[in-house]
Amino acid sequence: MGVSKTMNLNPVLEVVGLKKSYKETVAVDGVSFEVRPNEIVGLLGPNGAGKTTTINMILGVLEPSEGLVRIEGKDIAKKRSEAMARTNFAAVYAQIPGNLTISQNLRIFGLIYGVENLENRINDLIEEFELERFRDAKCGILSSGEQTRVALAKAMLNKPHLLLLDEPTASLDPSTAQIIRRKIKDYARNGSGGVLWTSHNMHEVAEVCDRVLFLSHGKILLEGDPKTLPQKHGKKDLEELFIAVAREPLSLEF
Amino acid sequence: MNLTRVYAIFIRQFYLIRDNPTRLFQMLVWGTVDIILWGFISKYLTSVAGPGFKFTFVFLGAVLIWDFLGRIMQGITMSFMEDSWARNFLNLFASPLSVSEYMLGLIMTSVFKSVFSFSVLLLVASMIFGFSVTTYGLSILSFLLILFLSGIALGILGVSIMLRWGPIAEWFIWPIPALISPFVGVLYPTSILPQWMQYVGQFLPPSYVFDGLRTIVAGGEFQTTAFLTGIVLALFYIVLAYIVFLRVYRRAVRTGLIVRYSAENIS
Repeated sequence: MGVSKTMNLNPVLEVVGLKKSYKETVAVDGVSFEVRPNEIVGLLGPNGAGKTTTINMILGVLEPSEGLVRIEGKDIAKKRSEAMARTNFAAVYAQIPGNLTISQNLRIFGLIYGVENLENRINDLIEEFELERFRDAKCGILSSGEQTRVALAKAMLNKPHLLLLDEPTASLDPSTAQIIRRKIKDYARNGSGGVLWTSHNMHEVAEVCDRVLFLSHGKILLEGDPKTLPQKHGKKDLEELFIAVAREPLSLEF
Repeated sequence: MNLTRVYAIFIRQFYLIRDNPTRLFQMLVWGTVDIILWGFISKYLTSVAGPGFKFTFVFLGAVLIWDFLGRIMQGITMSFMEDSWARNFLNLFASPLSVSEYMLGLIMTSVFKSVFSFSVLLLVASMIFGFSVTTYGLSILSFLLILFLSGIALGILGVSIMLRWGPIAEWFIWPIPALISPFVGVLYPTSILPQWMQYVGQFLPPSYVFDGLRTIVAGGEFQTTAFLTGIVLALFYIVLAYIVFLRVYRRAVRTGLIVRYSAENIS
């Protein structure tokens, strides 16, 4: 779904003037954006640009210095549990506990997220992410690709209205990554959820995202359709644009 | 407060204990060693001093009951460490789970672990040394309640210390019961302590347990005022520890420590 088709829907995520500073260091500097239902928004930027800090503030595990985050209209500073019940996430740095089995972990997180018909939902997700063989295996013995699929299954448990994915395909082989991208695209198109996606794979971003935000030094530098944005700024493709944002942000044609 | 989420925290710990005998072993082995050690010391002292003084109930019973407090405390702190070792904080705290639900889940786990291990240890003490907790009468339940509440307060405090100073701070947690024990008169009446230690002891709820137990073993009556003082103090410390925990948690969210816990400290 293109940007125009989602413009009239209420955003699932509103980020307004978000700022995070640590003493003299400003990690995120007044970031504002929205994610609408059925929309996949790419949050791009070089290492240290402030992507993960932004995601952590959206998840309510890092208090902003300024600004606010609303999920489906609920301010997470005031109605955190309600907002988080409609949200979920997967990130390379948030591994599912390795000392429990896949089904045990999904059961625990299903209870935390208040998933109805939990056992059926667990079975569906195990099948969807092709984890049947490992259902009763400890997560710690799985390959990194299999662990990523478990993390994604956990992220889908509550059919979130807002799904945050921080480099979800980083440890997947190209074939599995393509399958996962298709699943997440289907999820965004067919459900009522919006997705905020970070990735360093620009081909993936161009394929999946309806809109991208380029973050540099804690600020949003560029925003637009990944298919037309590079040309607008005199670049061949998204990767070239990314390199320009990372190395010479002032050289960009605006 | 959502009890399903509290149950989720409990069931995670239950799976961990059930599926790995090491955790079960840890719950029982040190308590059993203590019972054997103090059981034989009591037996020896009885043989030397004669049957007039009930050494088994004064020493073995006291050690067993003191162990209960440590178990409650460690039941909370160990469950927190499990989440720390599994780097699970981000998964838990970036979910609908509230900190009060998380803490209640840890307490629920602790109750389960402590009741189970305490029952097994009572059985061991009974089989080897003929120790029976019923000797103390129903008053034992009152004393256990004070220790239970004190253990919860210490557990919450222990979690706060670890959350504030990172995983390495677990080394501050283990000795807490040992540091308290000289002041509360586990094996001797508090009246023999120097005055300053008695003053400190008066502010520690377990002090009202062991003097009370010895009074009952010696044929005296249950001291209601002492019991109520112990309960009120323990409840006060639970509230105080929880306030400390909330402040530490908020600081961890403000500084980002909750998502970078292995960094130990973020200023």
